[in-house]
Amino acid sequence: MSYTTHADLGGQQGHGPIVPEPEGALFHAPWEPRVLALTLAMGATGVWNIDISRAARETLPDYRDLSYYQVWFFALQKLLTERHLVEPDEVAAGGALHPPRPLPRKLMAADVPAVIAKGSPTARPATTPARFALGQRVRMFDGVVPHHTRLPGYVRGKHGVVGHVHGAHVFADAHASGRGEQPQWLYTVAFDGAELWPGEQAPGALRVSIDAWEPYMVAA
Amino acid sequence: MHDHDHDPDHSELSPMELRVRALETVLGQKGYIDAAALDALIDTYQTRIGPRNGARVVARAWVDAGYREWLRRDATAAIASLGYSGRQGEHMVAVENTPECHHLVVCTLCSCYPWPVLGLPPTWYKSAPYRSRAVRDPRGVLAEFGITLPASTEIRVWDSTAEVRYLVIPMRPPGTEALDEAGLAALVTRDSMIGTGLPLTPPEQAR
Repeated sequence: MSYTTHADLGGQQGHGPIVPEPEGALFHAPWEPRVLALTLAMGATGVWNIDISRAARETLPDYRDLSYYQVWFFALQKLLTERHLVEPDEVAAGGALHPPRPLPRKLMAADVPAVIAKGSPTARPATTPARFALGQRVRMFDGVVPHHTRLPGYVRGKHGVVGHVHGAHVFADAHASGRGEQPQWLYTVAFDGAELWPGEQAPGALRVSIDAWEPYMVAA
Repeated sequence: MHDHDHDPDHSELSPMELRVRALETVLGQKGYIDAAALDALIDTYQTRIGPRNGARVVARAWVDAGYREWLRRDATAAIASLGYSGRQGEHMVAVENTPECHHLVVCTLCSCYPWPVLGLPPTWYKSAPYRSRAVRDPRGVLAEFGITLPASTEIRVWDSTAEVRYLVIPMRPPGTEALDEAGLAALVTRDSMIGTGLPLTPPEQAR
């Protein structure tokens, strides 16, 4: 089983300059707010979760060539057609040609403020003691992950220090693969820049942290 | 395909506009979406949830030591007390800039961002140049935003890889002793709460 993400960009070079933009510039084409709303509304139906969404986006073969709202749109279309909620002939025709399938929920306008205000908290009761403690030195998993993961490539095999213990949270790797929430302890792990980028950063000049679930880490 | 030039509805529309309209039509006809809910979602992020929310949090932290302490201890609750909570801000952490340490927030894997306090992320935050370099050459990134920090200042980068969301509390600018909370909030820019900018000084704001 193989899995290829095109979204793990940390540390890559050659992507060119950053283009700052003013605070009010939210959308750059009239279709962009529609994609935002369609994505949020279909997410609220409960057919998939946010981790399944992220996996659908990062595995789009042309991810690198798409704008971010294009990524959202093509991932939404993929999620819908994979589940036969929409068929390819309907996408092509721009109209419904087949009966709808039942959904767990439908987001109605009156419920929008409450749904946004509630969000989807991921903290869960812990069922095991935490294996790592504040200040503990750890090493990050260094191997192939054949599924969606939130362990970035640039920290794999690197040594860091636990900076915060967040409690147990829904484990993205399992949640994205349809294996349920499988909550795991979540930590902030901080790395010295000199550990991540040898020869580029003086020790102590830069610290970078990620938020890491326990299965990403071993004691060092 | 029809001849676009003779189609009054579609003559000005880009291929993406046509694709999105087609999918929205299918979803509506199948009864999966409520058209009014889409408008409510867009309106929420265009008019109600944006960086002025975060600016209010920062200004409160600048004037109220007790609130600042609450932010350190439990940012989610402290921020919710001002009315900002929920989607993409369920678990908040506030990080405070000091002369010794400057904080910068990124999501190298996608576009995670504290929506309840900052709204939707700017395009650059979601794009490859920022996501790739923020964790490796943050001083170079800051330079592209016109920010140069003392060499002695440590840069502390937070890569939002789980569902924890980070809000930078920038340092209060000098010369702001006479300002009230609303006046202070007006100095707090979106970028200063991501770490790619600094708050305005009163003369800069007057320009």
